[in-house]
Amino acid sequence: MSIFDILGPVMVGPSSSHTAGAVRMGQITRRLVGGEPVRAKILLSGSFASTGAGHGTPRAIVAGLMGFMPDDERIPYSFEIAGERGLEFEFGTAVLHDVHPNSALITVENDRGERVEVGASSPGGGRILVFSLDGLPASFSGEVPTLIVRTGDMPGYVSRVTGVLAAQGINMSKLRVERQGRGETAIMVIECDQRIPYKVKVAISAIEGVKKVTRLNPGEESK
Amino acid sequence: MSTYSSISQLLALAEETGLPLWKTVQTADCDEQSLSEADSRSAMAKMLSVMRSALENYDARHRSMSGLSGGDGGRMEAYIASGKSISGPLVGKMTAAALKMGECNACMKRIVAAPTAGACGVLPAVLLPAGEELGLPDERLVEALYVAAGIGQVIAGRASISGAQSGCQAEIGSASAMAAAALVHLCGGTSKQMVNAAALALKSLLGLVCDPVGGLVEVPCIKRNVIGAVNALTAAEMSLAGVKSRVPPDEVIDAMKEIGDTMPASLRETAEGGLAATPSGRAAVGG
Ligand code: SF4
Repeated sequence: MSIFDILGPVMVGPSSSHTAGAVRMGQITRRLVGGEPVRAKILLSGSFASTGAGHGTPRAIVAGLMGFMPDDERIPYSFEIAGERGLEFEFGTAVLHDVHPNSALITVENDRGERVEVGASSPGGGRILVFSLDGLPASFSGEVPTLIVRTGDMPGYVSRVTGVLAAQGINMSKLRVERQGRGETAIMVIECDQRIPYKVKVAISAIEGVKKVTRLNPGEESK
Repeated sequence: MSTYSSISQLLALAEETGLPLWKTVQTADCDEQSLSEADSRSAMAKMLSVMRSALENYDARHRSMSGLSGGDGGRMEAYIASGKSISGPLVGKMTAAALKMGECNACMKRIVAAPTAGACGVLPAVLLPAGEELGLPDERLVEALYVAAGIGQVIAGRASISGAQSGCQAEIGSASAMAAAALVHLCGGTSKQMVNAAALALKSLLGLVCDPVGGLVEVPCIKRNVIGAVNALTAAEMSLAGVKSRVPPDEVIDAMKEIGDTMPASLRETAEGGLAATPSGRAAVGG
């Protein structure tokens, strides 16, 4: 733990879990869908549902969907700004089981009509954990460079994807593959020791059967 | 430089190297995080400047989303300005600053979690008025923040800085211990006096439960920043006077952990007990 986990983060109040973490959830969802979100449905669960409004949680999530950082003083006005930018959103509640009490399920659609559904929790200190992606179980935080690859379930794709990383000298620290069923969409989540450059994304996107590649590099959240 | 997991190790490390406590904390963190000292220092200077701008931009007209908070920092400031205060201008300034920071947080302004958002007012409320009173340059305040961070780091590692885990003793209590040590640094005290002040401050807030009304970081959080700040001031003064904590800092921290572990869930941020469960607490949030 760094001393800047003790003094910090710099954030807009009132709560690191219910506000700063909520911004991060919106941010990671934005990056996972890619492009510019135009529609979002956000289901709040547990403590997010019961005390979220007073903590500005809904506004924080919408701010994150627009790429704001947790210390952006426009967060309290995110609904109005979303209106100006043409991002439609609706909120509801959900009862999610076996997840941290501070959780949400966010479905977004971008300006190219692509959709993603992200389940994420905010356990404290402004950190988050993505626990589901498009209905498949997941477990990543985006605190280390992370590559998310969505593919059709083609034979041999795992080694081809990891081969690209190896060729670029990028070390993998964690690899997880989940799929909906045999022959259906699979999601690979790869955590790496080094920043993932754009050319890796290009090379992996070229592999047969790969549908979508997302890079999460820490420090580049607002991009 | 090796790192530390206890206050006694931190002290020993400072003694071994002959470095001041703040520098010991900085060097250990830079080594651990592969950060340059210049980058570390500018990051810490940023924390100070965010604290200061939050305080300076405080607006007594703002209200929180729930409507429960706002305006008290302004009330306190006006009272101090009227000259009627019996505690004197410094305590008055600290009280007003703690309220203002707590309210800034509740009103979704930019703050520094120190160590948490709920307790964000304690450190600035102690350091900024004290720095002004003593006429110190900002470098000294930045050093004091390192001292505070070092204490907080040990508490986070050995116990917790989360109200949900260990109650408010872990948030306001930790912040107060951090501020007490930092204030001793500003006053030119020794490393031993710094950690002793931290122990004195934390001892007095052991057992404090986390019982926020409606689960919101407002009632009693904002006003608890005041007790965290004033408690840090008296702990620092005692330590500088030579008053010693009978129980050393690490054991106080361990006691805090043990108390936190046995604290019922209803008093750990769930808003099911304490002030949150009072008739007025429930009525305040329409429940
Ligand atoms: S009462 Fe709970 S939420 Fe409020 S400051 Fe204390 S620990 Fe934080």
